Amino acid sequence: MVKVEDLSCGYGKEIVLKDISFEVKTGQFVGLIGPNGSGKTTMIRAISGLLPPQKGVILLNGNAVSRKRPRELAAKMAVVTQSQEATPPFSVEEFVLLGRVPHWGRFQLLETKTDVEIAERAMALTGISHLRGRGMGKLSGGERQLANLARALAQRPDLLLLDEPTAHLDIGHQVQIMRLLKKLNTEALTIVAVLHDLNLASLYCQRLILLNKGRLRMAGHPREVLTEEIINEVYETSIVVKEDPYISRPLVFPVY
Amino acid sequence: MMCNQNPKSKIPPGRRPLRAGGQNPKYYTWILWTFFLITILLGVAVFSLAVGAVDLPVRKAFFLLTKGRGTPEYAILFEVRLPRILLGFAVGGGLAISGVILQGMFRNPLVEPYTLGISGGAALGVCVNMVMGGPRVLGPLATSASGFLGAMGIIFLVYAISARGGGIRLSRLLLIGVMVSFMASSLIMLVMAVTRTEDLHGIIFWIMGSLEEPSSFLMKATLFISLGGMMLSFLFAVDLNALSLGEEEAFHLGVEVDRVKKALFVIASLLTGCCVAVAGIIGFVGLVVPHLMRLLVGGDHRILLVASYISGAAFLILCDTLARVVIAPMEFPVGVITGLVGGVVFIYAMSRKGYSF
Repeated sequence: MVKVEDLSCGYGKEIVLKDISFEVKTGQFVGLIGPNGSGKTTMIRAISGLLPPQKGVILLNGNAVSRKRPRELAAKMAVVTQSQEATPPFSVEEFVLLGRVPHWGRFQLLETKTDVEIAERAMALTGISHLRGRGMGKLSGGERQLANLARALAQRPDLLLLDEPTAHLDIGHQVQIMRLLKKLNTEALTIVAVLHDLNLASLYCQRLILLNKGRLRMAGHPREVLTEEIINEVYETSIVVKEDPYISRPLVFPVY
Repeated sequence: MMCNQNPKSKIPPGRRPLRAGGQNPKYYTWILWTFFLITILLGVAVFSLAVGAVDLPVRKAFFLLTKGRGTPEYAILFEVRLPRILLGFAVGGGLAISGVILQGMFRNPLVEPYTLGISGGAALGVCVNMVMGGPRVLGPLATSASGFLGAMGIIFLVYAISARGGGIRLSRLLLIGVMVSFMASSLIMLVMAVTRTEDLHGIIFWIMGSLEEPSSFLMKATLFISLGGMMLSFLFAVDLNALSLGEEEAFHLGVEVDRVKKALFVIASLLTGCCVAVAGIIGFVGLVVPHLMRLLVGGDHRILLVASYISGAAFLILCDTLARVVIAPMEFPVGVITGLVGGVVFIYAMSRKGYSF
């Protein structure tokens, strides 16, 4: 689905990502992890086509992302970003319906019946149908994130990129979102998510990509990536790794 | 199907759910709003036709319309009042949608059509023209032409400075616009300080704004540009909706952000430039009307643009009528009325209803 080849990119002269190569296969659920400032958000921006590569190439289904128009990209992939400082002046339903815009014709101004149905389904799936008439400014953090997800799903994407979907959420909402992503993933949605919580990443992702200082440190199954040696080195801390009792995934504990 | 579950929930009026299947009730609400506002606009226009230094009852006005050709009342109606109403329509609507476009694009509730320096540039152009004796040499058209040139000159300058280094960064554009505005007003004061008193009066009256426009060509041109700008900007209504989530989000929804920003900037500048050139600096319409309409019809630009255009037009026609009626046969500057009426209505509406931009 996504192939990153020898990618370097950044903002102006400041190069954030250096010589990165990896592949995300169709149907995978990949977690992007790494310390603050390691380039995770930049990686999402690069894959989404917002940030053109300075070197190397990013391929989406074999086509270079940087050569595609925003509309073509938006019809294939949806992005849930971290920056949501603005409160959109819309109701939840109007907000979710915006996800249909990439599929509209250039001079289309009104949504069709199908658009409304798809938005309804996206809201039902994320469990926010009862909030449809609520203004976006009146949502809690968890509800807001579910609305973002619903809007992304209304795009009917093949690939879903998420930048810290569980940030600032309580554990109930964190698990709700991760389970939902897992469920969508089993229904053939490819997912790349930036995750700060290593344990959530370990439990739900099939593959982890660990970035450190703009370089790819390690990519592989959570059991390969989340070892005491690697995590202690990259995060410059001391943790211990224990095994989760249910699905034998590694869990990370800070040392007191 | 999941979409047929309609959980019972408290839904505020005007935000009723869309039902999959039947027609979309949201559109009915929009159509109702549009008709309601058009009714108000027509009411205001008729009122404005009827009252003034010479009162003409509405019935008589209709009679004159069919049979009164040649009478003095006919001349008052169709050569004095009607052109003024049409100009108020064009300028009020144009300023209101410029406000909607710029507030939507900048996602800043304080932005209005004059924030980017358009009014400052126009005023400077007119000032220089009057001091140089333009109106006496070149005729009345010179004032409007110099205002328009001044406005376009400033906006080009602001754009050129902020677009250096590729792409327009909106916060930069806004700051540069505000700074250039200040510089323009300083220059205006400089020009005024060295102006003869006879010219001063003309400058001050132009700055205060008026819908009195002797040239019917300019009136028609403004009407044409205003309506054209409205239709053009309507094509960007969905893009504006996406942009109100932020530029990055808009890109992820498939909007060609840079192109759309440039197009909207050009549309808003041209509209405002024309309005200012013919009518002077009529403040407040472009700031207050978009906010009031957002309170009434919501933030969706597909209805917000239409509603703002109609009510901006109605608002300015009403204010202009008040301006010429209250102390008839003398006139208030229309800008005084727009500021007072607009400010009071807006503060009242905002304190009644929870409103956040």
